[in-house]
Amino acid sequence: MQNKVIFSVAGLFNTPDEIIHAAQKVHAAGYNKFDVNTPYPVHGMDRAMGLRPSRIAYVALVLGLAGLAFAFLFMSWVGIIDYPMIIGGKPLFAPPAFVPITFEVTVLLASVGTVLGMFFFFFKLPNYSHPLHDTDYIKAVSTDKYGISIQANDKKFSENEAHKLLTELGAYDVKTIYYDEEEFSVKHIALEPRFLGFLFAVGLLTAGMTYFTLNYVLFWPPFNWMSKQFKITPQEKSEFFADGSGMRRPVEGTVARGFIPYEYAGNQAEAAKYLSNPLLPDTKVLQLGKNRFDTFCSPCHGYFGKGDSRLRGQFPAPPSLHSEKVRNWTDGDIYHVITMGQNIMPPYDKQTTREERWAIVLYLRALQRSQNAKETDIQ
Amino acid sequence: MIATDTITDYRQKELPKKVVYAGWVLLILGIILIAAAFMTDKTRSTFNGLLVFMFIISVGLGSLFFVALEYIAGAVWSTPFRRVSEFLSSLLFFVPVFAILLFLNMHDLYHWSHQEAVEHDKILAGKAPYLNTTFFLIRALVFSGLWLLFYFFIIRNSRKQDTTRDQRLTSKNIKAAAVFMPVFAITITFSAIDWMMSLEPHWFSTIFGVYYFSGTILAALAVATFIIVLLRENGYFLLPLTNDHYYSLGALLFAFTNFWAYIAFSQFLLIWYANIPEETFWFLQRWEGSWSVVSIALIFVHFIIPYFGLLSQPSKMNPRRLLIMSAWIIFAHLFDLYWLIMPTYSKTGAVFSWYEIAFPIAAAGLIIVLFSFKIKNNNLVPIGDPKLKRGIEFHL
Repeated sequence: MQNKVIFSVAGLFNTPDEIIHAAQKVHAAGYNKFDVNTPYPVHGMDRAMGLRPSRIAYVALVLGLAGLAFAFLFMSWVGIIDYPMIIGGKPLFAPPAFVPITFEVTVLLASVGTVLGMFFFFFKLPNYSHPLHDTDYIKAVSTDKYGISIQANDKKFSENEAHKLLTELGAYDVKTIYYDEEEFSVKHIALEPRFLGFLFAVGLLTAGMTYFTLNYVLFWPPFNWMSKQFKITPQEKSEFFADGSGMRRPVEGTVARGFIPYEYAGNQAEAAKYLSNPLLPDTKVLQLGKNRFDTFCSPCHGYFGKGDSRLRGQFPAPPSLHSEKVRNWTDGDIYHVITMGQNIMPPYDKQTTREERWAIVLYLRALQRSQNAKETDIQ
Repeated sequence: MIATDTITDYRQKELPKKVVYAGWVLLILGIILIAAAFMTDKTRSTFNGLLVFMFIISVGLGSLFFVALEYIAGAVWSTPFRRVSEFLSSLLFFVPVFAILLFLNMHDLYHWSHQEAVEHDKILAGKAPYLNTTFFLIRALVFSGLWLLFYFFIIRNSRKQDTTRDQRLTSKNIKAAAVFMPVFAITITFSAIDWMMSLEPHWFSTIFGVYYFSGTILAALAVATFIIVLLRENGYFLLPLTNDHYYSLGALLFAFTNFWAYIAFSQFLLIWYANIPEETFWFLQRWEGSWSVVSIALIFVHFIIPYFGLLSQPSKMNPRRLLIMSAWIIFAHLFDLYWLIMPTYSKTGAVFSWYEIAFPIAAAGLIIVLFSFKIKNNNLVPIGDPKLKRGIEFHL
């Protein structure tokens, strides 16, 4: 210790009642810069010390309102301007749907921001030393004593006065606490050029090593054993097959198990002539047909085949299935169109099985009959 | 400490004559206006009667809930002024009386109580085993009977403790409170369904009971807070109650304001999202004509204004602010009930005239008169309660 500087005059008390009383008196004596140290939080100390309410509440309020505004405006921007999409038939600007997320973001920003603000603005972290550290005073108040320390940077401070006041209040072991000016004139480690240089060097080294590893090391054996295997990855040219393609076609004339090729591809007239429906229209088949129709056909054709598309004009609506033309088609015609597609309608042979397509044909027949009933149907 | 001495010295103190007279004047004026209202427009008066009936259940039953909650949670902070809620819960005496009076006029209120309506309506016929006049009356009487049973048990034990200072009475009340909680939950849910949800018998919302509960506890707390602040500021408690007591009341009001908003929004959001006609029509009714203004106003009256009014810590400790906010919340609950009940009476738009004022006036008079009567005959502070000393020394 070379330059001893007075930090404070500190005294110890034995009970919480005494310390509250002492805090009140010290505050009444006009001191503003003094602190109380107790082994646990003592109720009513804020008021006894005359502390103003913490300003942390304003931090919470401002951050909460910022979160509220941010979430609401962001969702509005996304929903209306950036990516307008109708969801569940709701308007693009749908405040009720925004409320839960707005609430979440408000709470998140307010709580996280308050904790961080408390650490860095109010606790003044990082702060690795304090004049009271390593004194008998702090040892006492962190076990079973209650201490008060009047700081030297208070306007009213004079060592003798402070000593007198604390002794009058019944403190025992009133001491002046000194600190070494040198110790606290040390700048923060984060601001030292050597530390900054070290950080910079570490950053540079890490970045360089990452670049080197990702661009060179990974391509050296044995590190490339895992990425280089004897197989063709998608989009890769095959060096084995002459045509350079990794995918092979099956041998001409072979058929996959359970798969029967469609023999009228590109020939609707023959399909209409030679294909007949292998299913009988019972309830089960019609149920299946309805289910598949509603799933695959109704988005464009409408639930009743009237061509009233549910796609709101995003895809051209097809003509009605109740037209004279379609009604006069044979079952084979309809089956052919479902299997191969027509105009902009894609083929549905991958999504549906043969049975399902025939069931759809039967269901469509029932739909057509329902819209164009004959006199005899009534009897 | 000083507190313990004052407990033994506790003297009963009556309300000032002026307040009691004001209560009587309000009550008599209210009754005259109600009589006039019934003579001019019976249907409208019955709807307003239902509104105030629900308000009285809110305050009476909510106060009993608050008392039971104190026992069951072992709370000490509210013990010094628990009697205020106990006095208020005596409003439950009037519940069966008003229930029968409303029952006599129920055809004005409930569409489902008309035999011919049920016959031509498949949905109502399906609900008839529950929604019929006999079962309705049985439920109303059984529920109010249960409430009175718990009222007598809990309040009598509490009062007996003033003289006997028997600690076993507290543990007896804790047990009674534990039994009361599920009974309360079930009865208040069914009461809300019976009296208010069945105004639109085709509509249903599973959260409706909770919605009414959130308003109930808020109204009961607000009335109690209003009275506690007035009594303390005028020195009635003779106890050194601190700002921490106020803070706790304010915080509870604030919390339940948020709870109400949460429940109200939950009910709305699900119905809005699902967009099923059999559920949405209830909200569409409240969007008809000038009802839309009432609906939007409800968000501000019941949530945004009390929220910001009670948000900061000092505002929960400031007696003046607490007085204003609790009065506001009482109004907000009446406004909420108006929004829940009246659209069935006036489908095209909101209506407001002296009919809507007459009934709350009578209710205010009733509460003041009842309270002055109770405070004259009972100790305002539960002097025999073992928790009292800790309650007075309560610190946050």
